[in-house]
Amino acid sequence: MPEIVKLNVGGAVNAALARALDEMPETLLYGEDVALPGGVFGVTRGLQKRFGDRVFDTPISETAMLGAAVGAASFGRRPIVEIMWIDFSLVAFDQIVNQAANVRYVSEGRTTAPLTIRTQQGNAPGACAQHSQNLEALLLHVPGIRVAMPRTPQDSYDVLLAAIASDDPTVVIENRTLYAGSKEAVEIGGPVQPIGGHRRRRTGSDATVVCWGAITAKVLDAVDRLEGEGVSVDVIEAVWLNPFDTEVVLESAARTGRLLVVHEAARTGGFGAEVLARVAESGVPLRTAPRRLGLADSRIPSAPQLAAALLPQTNDVETALRELVAGGAA
Amino acid sequence: MKLDDLLSMWRIRALEEKIRDLRLEGPIVGSVHLANGQESVAVGACSQLRPQDALYATYRGHGWAVARGVPPREIFAELMGRVTGVNGGRGGSAHFSAPQHGFHGENSIVGAGAPIAVGAALAGKYDGSRRAAMTVFGDGAINQGAVAEAMNFAAALGLGVVFVCENNRYSELTPIDDMVAEPDLSRRASALGIPAVRIDGNDLAQVRTATRLAVEAAAAGRGPSFIEAHTQRIVGHYIGDSEQYRPAGELERDLVVEPIARLTRELLADGVPTESVERCERRAREEMETAAAAALRDPLADPATAKEHLYA
Ligand SMILES: Cc1ncc(C[n+]2csc(CCOP(=O)(O)OP(=O)(O)O)c2C)c(N)n1
Ligand SMILES: [Mg+2]
Repeated sequence: MPEIVKLNVGGAVNAALARALDEMPETLLYGEDVALPGGVFGVTRGLQKRFGDRVFDTPISETAMLGAAVGAASFGRRPIVEIMWIDFSLVAFDQIVNQAANVRYVSEGRTTAPLTIRTQQGNAPGACAQHSQNLEALLLHVPGIRVAMPRTPQDSYDVLLAAIASDDPTVVIENRTLYAGSKEAVEIGGPVQPIGGHRRRRTGSDATVVCWGAITAKVLDAVDRLEGEGVSVDVIEAVWLNPFDTEVVLESAARTGRLLVVHEAARTGGFGAEVLARVAESGVPLRTAPRRLGLADSRIPSAPQLAAALLPQTNDVETALRELVAGGAA
Repeated sequence: MKLDDLLSMWRIRALEEKIRDLRLEGPIVGSVHLANGQESVAVGACSQLRPQDALYATYRGHGWAVARGVPPREIFAELMGRVTGVNGGRGGSAHFSAPQHGFHGENSIVGAGAPIAVGAALAGKYDGSRRAAMTVFGDGAINQGAVAEAMNFAAALGLGVVFVCENNRYSELTPIDDMVAEPDLSRRASALGIPAVRIDGNDLAQVRTATRLAVEAAAAGRGPSFIEAHTQRIVGHYIGDSEQYRPAGELERDLVVEPIARLTRELLADGVPTESVERCERRAREEMETAAAAALRDPLADPATAKEHLYA
């Protein structure tokens, strides 16, 4: 029975995990510090107590964690593995890219890997270069892996459940700066949604912004500032990046004629480049050259004022939108 | 001599405590890992390193940097994003380096320093330095593939790496004993043919002897060694850790055996005047207050320089 509860992102993730463990007896939940301590961000608190040995702690062995997920998934389990920071997935990339992504395809579907990797990424003030990266594009370059980046409590709940229910290896990328955010009304217990989909956060006719992840909040702030000046912007938050809702972007870009993509990940080779390429290939006519904002191609320094100079800020989004709208003036 | 040791350990403790204050007061932001209670391993091991030797530490590395001779002011400045920081604010608490002091960096990826240390020893084979490459990591890191690969690589190629495993019983919030079936971590190394010892890491003499032998072996071309140093952190994994995983009474016991309390007792039992013993703490705290105050007055690193140093 669907019900409405007040949850922050951490609570929403916890609720989704609890429901999955409750309703899908084949699920397993494991990772470093997730069981007894309840996770370094407290997101998995109470789950081991409730679900017993299907929730457990592992050694600091990401390769074994993910390889074991591939193996257990092929024998009917549905593992949900927490990789504490996406940066740590790099020590186990073989298991994601060469193993999980290949299983279904090369076996002609005889073997599958219905596993979910829950991880989180992004810069937070003071974080070091090895705890700040946004690596979704690495995963999006790998056919066979599904990728989602929910942000709000409701999406964190819905997307995680959809990912767990999906029969493909799926990476759900969260953001630690959001876990303890303010509580919002979240509908829990409703039908599990299919994977895919976007959220239209603002409706407008002067420009289209496509964005994903925590930086969406900055986009919305910038758009709301311009709203007061009579500039209206269509904001499409791509909660799912694979599958990506290309059609909705094309429809919006065709209508507004101006396109900006914003992500926290590095510009070069970022998924924003792919979005612009899809729009260019579609032949949708734009009134002015499209833009993208992302991390200036750089490593990420620990000092907050240095990192802020490299990562897109609300003002950068606002300026880019102003230029875009001025550039395509009729 | 023993008083010098006490002073060296107090320098680390006072640095860490000052860092904690600055983190709680605001000038330092982000995640910070302190090594209170583990000072003897850094002090003892670094006392045996020569200038040409290379040290690779972890995010819990401030004390190792101090023991290697990195000026505290530059460490404080680094953690506060000052232009005078060892890396001008790029590295931060968990990822700074000062190769000019033989401190080749902290690392925030568990186990990642071990293979790099292997490379430092490999270079030493060709550059005539007889360099010993020391990599220090935690008990939890023993379960990381990179560490297993690095150990066997060094053993097979006979490279002068000193693997120092600081066993503080916990990997973040999880006891190491729950994450291994064989609690003797040194056996990982001996199984690979690496001479391995388990020592009381709170005992400076044991740390010194074990590292002296290991560095000598490395310098003589006799290959790698492994030291499992048992110790304890008497603070959280990071600043803000609520430490709910600690069994009742554990911290109280640890506070008795931790190296500063231990050496203090020894000195007093040896008849060293209380005044001399207390002077070590006072002096260390004064030094750190002065260093931190200077760092606080230093200008912040300039955002206009944020893109520098990416490529040659
Ligand atoms: C590859 C990788 N996995 C996970 C982490 C997260 N993490 C940071 S410290 C830590 C615990 C390490 O424990 P140990 O090696 O015993 O060192 P200690 O912190 O006790 O000094 C973990 C799991 C990481 N930084 N890198
Ligand atoms: Mg440890």
